[in-house]
Amino acid sequence: MFKQVLGICSTLAVTNLVLNTAVMCVALIFTLSLSSCTVSILRKFTPRSIRMMVETLIIAFYVIIVDVVLKAYWPEMSSNLGPYVGLIITNCIVMGRCEAYGNSNPPGKAFWDGFFNALGYTFILLIIATFREILGMGTFLGLSVPYFGGPHWDKWIIMVMPPGAFFMLAIVIWIFRSIQTAGEDKAK
Amino acid sequence: MNGTSQLSHAFIVFVSAIFTQNILLSYFLGFCPFIGVSREVKTSFGLGIAVIFVMTSTCLLNWLAYQYVIEPLNLHFFRFILFIIIIAAFVQFVEMVIERYSPSLYQRLGVFLPLITVNCAILGASLFMVIREYSFIVTFGYGLGSGIGWFLAIIAMAGIRQKLANDRIPRGLQGPGITLIIAGLMALAFIGFTGVLSGN
Repeated sequence: MFKQVLGICSTLAVTNLVLNTAVMCVALIFTLSLSSCTVSILRKFTPRSIRMMVETLIIAFYVIIVDVVLKAYWPEMSSNLGPYVGLIITNCIVMGRCEAYGNSNPPGKAFWDGFFNALGYTFILLIIATFREILGMGTFLGLSVPYFGGPHWDKWIIMVMPPGAFFMLAIVIWIFRSIQTAGEDKAK
Repeated sequence: MNGTSQLSHAFIVFVSAIFTQNILLSYFLGFCPFIGVSREVKTSFGLGIAVIFVMTSTCLLNWLAYQYVIEPLNLHFFRFILFIIIIAAFVQFVEMVIERYSPSLYQRLGVFLPLITVNCAILGASLFMVIREYSFIVTFGYGLGSGIGWFLAIIAMAGIRQKLANDRIPRGLQGPGITLIIAGLMALAFIGFTGVLSGN
């Protein structure tokens, strides 16, 4: 995730509130681990030429489950997230893991690979969402945060708007990469 | 609605899809190719043109599929699969046609077409079109506008990145980091267009 910046398309948009992000990430963890596992089970029966198509259909299948469940039990959240749940299908990270790992490894391993990849991704998004919500709205999970929620804090409206997400992600990448390269320099 | 107001609505949606509601800069769609391909103006141009074409056509095809297949049969949960199949099939078809009739164009655009199938912006535009309940003409305006908006954004980004190629950037920020910061600044600039359209 830090290296390639894959799959931010469909999820960055919901990072303005921590709750939305958390729901979106749970959906992503579910989809990624199960679809990677399924791809792995079916890997011996799938002809190479239609592999991409089969993978897409498997992913779409799980995304539909998420979408239907969300609509049935939490319609409010479903309308908040809008089309972004459906867009998990085209999330590059899901496709990437299925293709790179699920396709050549046994189902159990593929499941955990998908699970932890999604977890790492969740971690980054939650960092971004936490900062955006606290700085932009003065709340965390909808609850008012001391100091930031008060009148002394001039709310950074820009954090809630799209550019805020770009800046926040750039800063997070910058920090993580600097730590990474510093580690590499030491190793040398 | 009568014909004229439909048209003017389509025009408003068209302009706002290019500027104020740019699919890339305010909905974050189609970001992976945006970061990956935006190193050179030439390749970005090819990809941008392909996106405009595919987005407009698939939006219209998906609109037809939604109105005449999904609505009557009440298969709402099935729309993701149907949309993605239509997009994949259409891209494949276009690829074959171009390869057959214009090899030179195929050489320039061919590599980008498979990339487009998994471009979230294409599927995203179709899903937005359904959620906002656009009519056929408005959908055309929306698809075309979104495509042009994406094209503009990637061309601008590629131009800036070419200039930046020889500059000294902090190590951690090289590549995606600086691209995101530029994208943020561009998004800010595009927000400046908000007042232009009072109708939306």
